Amino acid sequence: MNLAYYPGCTLKNQGLGFETSALAAAQALDIEMKELDRWNCCGTVFSLADEDLMHYLAPMRNFVRVQEEGFDKVVTLCSMCYNTMKRTEQIVKDDPEKLKTINEFMYREEDYRGEVKLFHLLELFRDEIGYEEIKKRVIRPLRGLKVAPYYGCMLTRPKEIGIDDWEEPRIMEDLLSAIDAEVVKDPLRGECCGAYHTVNAKELVTERTRMIVSSAKKRGADCIMLSCPLCEFNLDLRQRDTAKEYTDFVGIPVVYFTQLLALALGLTEDVCRFDLHYIDPYPVLVEKNIIEEGEEVHGKKA
Amino acid sequence: MKLRLSVTTTNSALLAKVEEISGENLSKCYHCGKCSAGCPSLTNMDCLPNQVIRAVQLGDEKVLESETIWLCASCFTCAVRCPRGVDLSKIMEALRLLTLRKDVNHIEVKELTQEELDELPPIALVSNFRKMTS
Ligand code: SF4
Ligand code: SF4
Repeated sequence: MNLAYYPGCTLKNQGLGFETSALAAAQALDIEMKELDRWNCCGTVFSLADEDLMHYLAPMRNFVRVQEEGFDKVVTLCSMCYNTMKRTEQIVKDDPEKLKTINEFMYREEDYRGEVKLFHLLELFRDEIGYEEIKKRVIRPLRGLKVAPYYGCMLTRPKEIGIDDWEEPRIMEDLLSAIDAEVVKDPLRGECCGAYHTVNAKELVTERTRMIVSSAKKRGADCIMLSCPLCEFNLDLRQRDTAKEYTDFVGIPVVYFTQLLALALGLTEDVCRFDLHYIDPYPVLVEKNIIEEGEEVHGKKA
Repeated sequence: MKLRLSVTTTNSALLAKVEEISGENLSKCYHCGKCSAGCPSLTNMDCLPNQVIRAVQLGDEKVLESETIWLCASCFTCAVRCPRGVDLSKIMEALRLLTLRKDVNHIEVKELTQEELDELPPIALVSNFRKMTS
């Protein structure tokens, strides 16, 4: 299948490994993701004020770009981009009056027809490729690796745009089963990580990081798997600050779902990019015999 | 923050403004407390999320100075759980906007150090500034 790809800002910065692993894994599963030639920041958070049309412009412009390039489907990886863009997609689809007002305001752009459909990559794996097919393509099964999926807020809430049940999601659990990893179901997998408070109130985030990471660890998880670069920053790099604040805190690695998938599909280290995380995932991958001891990763031996 | 709730302080102007910005009908709330029970930011809040609704219902403008409205992380947990279909995340946003739309920032961007700016991903900075600055 062939569709447009909207990356979002953080995938070109701190979340680089999310992008490289996703593009390679998708290709291995015959999904052609064509990055838009031009795109802009989605705004990251959807405005919760009524009739706040001004804040729909950023996602709308991206939909115009998709339309201009002749696509009617676009895929994104970041949970926050997904949330912001999906809510805008629905509002202008359901309300022709709003669509018209925004089109008139953006008079220099071609009119957006309201026909583009946005997907999260996890949805494509579930609905278009199917877990049975993914299972068949696995070259390096992640047998024995215990993974705790973490959903956070933006993939499943609010109800209208969630890619799965908001209280009992299973989309990541099912993907893990397809690549033969062991699922650790954590009751805090849908709890907020503190999100943007990480900028001005770090201590609120470390409190939550401690709670969420410790809970997964206590249940035996070797690592946490997620889909949002902001959650990743808070649950991974903020473990550094958490350990300073809570001396008894012991962390675990945090990875993107695409990295584990790419690894299972037999893809190489240059696309998996586990090296970009703050807590190094290699030791546990070696311990669980997923990666062989001494196997070359990024010029050094794992 | 201590909230004094009394019918004599009722200020329908505040309620009307919040209802207009949020698009929510606050009188649907029957104060079951389910939103507060599941709120992840609760431990640091100075009044409960459903008390915020009560304060607005009674028109108590002191709610605009509460920490609670700024500690809300827009996680939508309350929104999906409310048995009355009230979207409290929108009410919290409306209350923040009543300050931000007066061109008053909640955080000082220039207080961020170069080290923090280098380390924080764009997704953190953009979302924070969207929620905390005018
Ligand atoms: S859950 Fe809904 S009805 Fe119950 S207190 Fe909260 S807003 Fe009101
Ligand atoms: S949206 Fe705000 S008030 Fe509602 S549960 Fe989340 S943090 Fe609490």
